[in-house]
Amino acid sequence: MTLMAEPSSTGRFGEFGGRFVPETLVPACQELEEAFREAWADPSFRLELHEVLRDYAGRPSIITECKNLGRELGIRLVLKREDLNHTGSHKINNVLGQTLLAKRMGKQRIVAETGAGQHGVASATAAALMGLECKVYMGAVDVERQELNVFRMRLLGSEVEAVHSGSRTLKDAVNEAMRDWVATVESTHYCLGSVMGPHPYPWMVREFHRVIGDEAREQMHTAYGADPDLVVACVGGGSNAMGIFSGFVDTDARLVGVEPAGGAAVGRGVPGVVHGMRSYLMQDEYGQVQEAHSISAGLDYPGVGPEHSYLASIGRAEYPAVNDAEVIEGFQLLARTEGIIPALECAHALAWIAREAHSFQGKTVLMNLSGRGDKDVAQMMEILK
Amino acid sequence: MSQRAAPPSATVHTAYGRMEQSFRDKRAAGRKLLVPYITGGLPGWEDALRAAVAAGADAIEIGIPFSDPVMDGPVIQQASQRALDAGATPVSILDQARSLDVDVPLAVMCYYNTVHHAGHHRFAEQLAAAGICAAIVPDLPLEEAGPWCEAADASSIETVMLAAPTAPDERLPRVCARTRGFVYSVGLLGVTGERTALAATATALAARLKAITDVPVLVGVGVSNAAQAREAVQVADGVVQGASVVRRLLEGGADAVGEYIAEVRDAIDS
Repeated sequence: MTLMAEPSSTGRFGEFGGRFVPETLVPACQELEEAFREAWADPSFRLELHEVLRDYAGRPSIITECKNLGRELGIRLVLKREDLNHTGSHKINNVLGQTLLAKRMGKQRIVAETGAGQHGVASATAAALMGLECKVYMGAVDVERQELNVFRMRLLGSEVEAVHSGSRTLKDAVNEAMRDWVATVESTHYCLGSVMGPHPYPWMVREFHRVIGDEAREQMHTAYGADPDLVVACVGGGSNAMGIFSGFVDTDARLVGVEPAGGAAVGRGVPGVVHGMRSYLMQDEYGQVQEAHSISAGLDYPGVGPEHSYLASIGRAEYPAVNDAEVIEGFQLLARTEGIIPALECAHALAWIAREAHSFQGKTVLMNLSGRGDKDVAQMMEILK
Repeated sequence: MSQRAAPPSATVHTAYGRMEQSFRDKRAAGRKLLVPYITGGLPGWEDALRAAVAAGADAIEIGIPFSDPVMDGPVIQQASQRALDAGATPVSILDQARSLDVDVPLAVMCYYNTVHHAGHHRFAEQLAAAGICAAIVPDLPLEEAGPWCEAADASSIETVMLAAPTAPDERLPRVCARTRGFVYSVGLLGVTGERTALAATATALAARLKAITDVPVLVGVGVSNAAQAREAVQVADGVVQGASVVRRLLEGGADAVGEYIAEVRDAIDS
């Protein structure tokens, strides 16, 4: 079968995915699936999205070859610069797609979850642009470590609610956003921020991020006349990785999704069901979902998008982990050698490349720099004191 | 445990399970059905359960706490967390349930990962071995329920399906055809928790269900006190009472639960 095509009629990628939601939400998921399928096949919707991505988000994003760091590591390292998008990360691609779709469906309000705040800021931004009401749920722990993003979201006119249940991080923010959606489903669209959740989200969010991979493939061919040997991205839920992988899944490139050691769903999880999907999940011996621990709020998630689980299960992509100390090194490395401060999430991908470059000397490595590090500077200042 | 052959795949089922038979008999005798929900593993839960039965409950729904209860509001979330902090597991709760010795049917309410992680057949057998009649899995909708229902049927566990106010007319007959025990008519758009008034959706959905099925219809989620229970049973065959029971268990222990169930019993009998 063709990889990274449409999932099965039950939303399955192999044995992963599905739609495990309360009955109340089933009609909404069906309606969304139908609306997305219809919009995605409609040239006028595609054109409208293309124009807003170009004229508002600043697409296409460029690629940048890291000549200094590449020389140091003995590889050709090329970054896909999603950090240069409006709002500072790849998240805007999905959010503009979903808010356009929400308006097309006649919804007046969106809810969103956020970890580091990047998806929350992107959602608040798109809601301001499109004239939608927006409420963002954020774990209380994350509210504290990302207070600037909380301020940004409020500045953009969104309501931010700190979630105090469970581990008070991303997974609990998802729970609370789903609870809101169960109560408000008739007027509200749930603007889910990653390639996770019930069908059609994993498919839809991947399609909205496909632009990353499509652009990068063309840019690599123009610049180097060939596909990269490796494509590397960080993975929490896994949306930026899905976006860039989609452009190269049919090439010979190694696809590498780097997980945090404390949130290695693919690396250490077993299949489970939470947040509407069957996927690899960190859980205890009774199926209680475990808390993830990562220096980066955006990767602090015990699950992973179901299509990643599928790509891992068939061996098409690999999912190694890096620890927080390596991430801190990676963060500083790019800043020092290239003058680019990466988001802590992306520093995971850099850390893996730096650690493993000895095994792929001379190769061309394309890394998705999915976000900029401004939001992490205060936290890093404390850590590096 | 005894193995029964799986019933034929046709939607007509001739022999009712223990809970459904009990509910049908009581309904035929003119009684409205009252099913309190109690979080398993919460300190004092077994006493509260016995008190509820003594006060006139027709069955008990035992909640198996889960780390991520997306259908539950603050009260049941808090109870679940306390039970987990006290070391409750699905296995420990079923062990305790086995020795409860009450004469009404027992159901469990659990999120699907608890079932999935144990394995469908193994979990169904564990329930049967603990004397549990039925299972309610709120995040397992019709389209995903097949494998579990098959395993549950094989172990004579009745799987209660939920019907939601958002369901289009064509969906409800399929929900009713697949449900066993009763059909759980979700009272409102939202999660479990007490509300000041019974939502209009509660009686509206119950009426839609009553028009198409003879399976007992019980309203749950958002039925918050005796008066609201009385209002709901004007249309439905009974009610499930969750957050209002659990809050009393958290605040006042087993006695408070018994007093409350007696009050609701009076209200729906009068």
